[in-house]
Amino acid sequence: MDEVVLRMTNITKDFPGVRALDSVNLTVQRGEIHAICGENGAGKSTLIKILGGIHPAGSYNGDVHLDGESCHFGNTSDAERRGVVCIHQELELIPELSVGENVFLGNYPSRFGIVQWERVFSDTRTLLKRVGLDHESDVEGRTISPQERIINLGIGQKQLVEIAKALVRNARVLVLDEPTAALTTTEVDTLLRIIDGLRQKGITCIYISHRLDEVIRIADTVTILRDGRSVQTRPVREITKNEIISMMVGRELKNLFPREEHTRGEVVLEVENFSVQDPDISNRKLIENVSFRAYRGEILGVAGLMGAGRTELFSSVFGTFPAKKEGVVRISGKIVRIENAVDALSHGIFLVTEDRKRFGLVLGMDIKENTTLASLRQVSSMGRIDESLEVHQTDELVKRLNTKTASVESKVRTLSGGNQQKVVLQKALMTKPQVLILDEPTRGIDVGAKFEIYKIMNKLVDEGVVIIMISSEMEEILGMSDRILVMSDGVFTAEFDREEASQEEIMRASIGGRQ
Amino acid sequence: MNQKKFFQKVNLRDYVMIAALFLIWVFFTVMTDGTFLVTRNLSNLTRQMAIVGILGTGMVLVIITGNIDLSVGSVMGALGGIAAALHIWNGVGPYATLVIILIGGAIIGAGQGVIISYFKVPAFIVTLGGLLVFRGVLLGVTKGISIAPFDEAIKYFGQAYIPPVVGWGIAAIGYVGWVILRLRNRRSRQKYGFELDPLLAFAMKAIGVLILIFGVVGILNSYKGIPVPVFVMIALVLILTFIAEHTVFGRSIYAMGGNLEATRYSGIKVERNLVIVYIINGVMAATAGIILAARLNAGTPTAGYTLELDAIAAAVIGGASMTGGTGKVAGAILGALFMASIDNGMSIMNLDAYWQFIVKGTILVVAVWFDIYSSKKK
Repeated sequence: MDEVVLRMTNITKDFPGVRALDSVNLTVQRGEIHAICGENGAGKSTLIKILGGIHPAGSYNGDVHLDGESCHFGNTSDAERRGVVCIHQELELIPELSVGENVFLGNYPSRFGIVQWERVFSDTRTLLKRVGLDHESDVEGRTISPQERIINLGIGQKQLVEIAKALVRNARVLVLDEPTAALTTTEVDTLLRIIDGLRQKGITCIYISHRLDEVIRIADTVTILRDGRSVQTRPVREITKNEIISMMVGRELKNLFPREEHTRGEVVLEVENFSVQDPDISNRKLIENVSFRAYRGEILGVAGLMGAGRTELFSSVFGTFPAKKEGVVRISGKIVRIENAVDALSHGIFLVTEDRKRFGLVLGMDIKENTTLASLRQVSSMGRIDESLEVHQTDELVKRLNTKTASVESKVRTLSGGNQQKVVLQKALMTKPQVLILDEPTRGIDVGAKFEIYKIMNKLVDEGVVIIMISSEMEEILGMSDRILVMSDGVFTAEFDREEASQEEIMRASIGGRQ
Repeated sequence: MNQKKFFQKVNLRDYVMIAALFLIWVFFTVMTDGTFLVTRNLSNLTRQMAIVGILGTGMVLVIITGNIDLSVGSVMGALGGIAAALHIWNGVGPYATLVIILIGGAIIGAGQGVIISYFKVPAFIVTLGGLLVFRGVLLGVTKGISIAPFDEAIKYFGQAYIPPVVGWGIAAIGYVGWVILRLRNRRSRQKYGFELDPLLAFAMKAIGVLILIFGVVGILNSYKGIPVPVFVMIALVLILTFIAEHTVFGRSIYAMGGNLEATRYSGIKVERNLVIVYIINGVMAATAGIILAARLNAGTPTAGYTLELDAIAAAVIGGASMTGGTGKVAGAILGALFMASIDNGMSIMNLDAYWQFIVKGTILVVAVWFDIYSSKKK
């Protein structure tokens, strides 16, 4: 059994401005389940993208050896030809096609170019049996026909169909990225049983998960990544959950944050018994019955892992998340109804989203047009825009935020990430918000711009703005927040004052989840 | 600095368009031994472009939002037919007819806009349906025959000329208006301490505009005066240019086409705005329908056939991008002039009509290819 199937050595991968992986080593034995654990941004996804051929050979430094042979995957099919198959968090099944068509996609058995559909569907039936989607191994009505369309399947069933698809590709190393993130407890049990079955058939599995209980239950070995470095690889039976957590977060905190004392004032935003429906899965709530308050003169940090529901919660409060919601929102004690961004802005709430290119900016427009987009009334009279006033006001914000640009008429597309983010903030400030929600405000921007954004946040809080900062960066949460809420699986699992919070405590609450 | 700024504002594409237009004019002038440039023909040319020009200006707004309207040819035909039926068969007065038709255009636009904007049916489908429905309405209303003739008051909009004296007056008022607006803009810039164009550059620009306005009016006056449809077109272009470039509404529709979600997140009522765009486009189709019916002096069952495609082509040749977010109202006029020049020049050359389709189709594709090519190079 002690035979190395995969060895990745000294993997280093740079993205513009950031080093995502720094000399990472990963050694996987044949037939084991090897878990990879780490915080958001620790480098897990980048590592498996290299393994799966998504980041092609040449775009990183280091060696990948499969069965002792050096591999240079140029794309995903290269990797799959060698038996490395990745199942990503966002499943890649085609919803309108049948199970059989999806399972054999790209591998249709054919004669003279004509697909042999009988073979596709009968082979699919056999494969479905292997992944527990047939009559005999059926637990709770999970039987599905090879002709069934994917669109009619539940998320757990889709996950298993993905595994069947991997088996068609003769997977010897199966990579699962957060396979259980959206599953129910029983679905998780089924999935883990199937993976266990594959292990007995000699298939190696790399298992990426935030859910440490599952890792401890199923994995043989665990490798912990932190900040793009491999911290340790240990047999699971020799390690405890708390040890894993300490290794995931065990960095020294450097004092990189312009932290200031704020004085907390009255409650401004109050959210009570708030729930949000999952738009994709009926009968599942993304957010279940949460309540919180945000006070004037504080930065409220919202920590949690990716997919915990933080973005969904706050974009629902802002009125832009496309799903049913219930609950009460109060602003300065008054109940308000917010059905869309128009309502939110009229109540003085502004949301700076995590995806500035999709939701924040019109890239083809210039800085002044983006800056004034949410407050055109301020620079117009009787519907006519006063362009000189517009330029003048934008100029002042550019100076205030120290946005680097030759002219306020430069297209936003031409700016760096940090300056683009500042333009989004200019737009936010132009509306004079009383509650400013910042979702990952410093993601993907350089250190200098980050620091400036932190200073602006401090200044706004002093001016009486309520800031809610959603962040997946532990240091940022600890460095900037006055109070910290931790969300996991759609509920708040902990609340800390800045003095009592620690990395370990936040991480423990982040992987807690709904009970 | 000023020169650089000037070249930034008038981009390469505009130059290429104007140069290409100039080249085909030279080509047709040579090929027709000068007949193309006779004032009577130039007057005709502007009259020919007016209908596609009016449809094109409305279409630009639709395309800027990232949508499309395939129904305008049928809608203008149907409204022209309804105008004829109301006025000639049922004795409705000429001005009441005009008002009813314009309101009808607004209602049709609003209906299609609501289905697109609120019921989320793709614009291509809704207006393709509209194309068929209103073609049917036209056939039904006219019972498949031409309805003629119109009263003088309606014919005026298609056939009359504005007397030269009045034409000069309009030119003068227009020019003075332009100068006043520019001066106000300078004063506003001064107020906020921005750099001003040097007075010499301003004066040169003013002389250029003077020559352009009085030159065009002079040419048209030396035949019979400004054709009324051309006057209507110019008035609409000025109004829509102002709306597109200087109002909150105009800014919002550019933003919607550039990034609909970011615009929605900025608290702009994107659904309502899209309906208004379709209402404007419906009114444009109604105006074009009246002008066409008045010019033909009849409501005919084939009126406006395939004109939606000319309108789209005019907008696109004029620089509107089908992905939304860019385009200019005045560009559509340039596009309409471009296509009208080809139609006009080729028919004077006595080439068979089929050549006009082939050449216009080719130019459309080349224009868009050039757009993509030049934006990639940036």
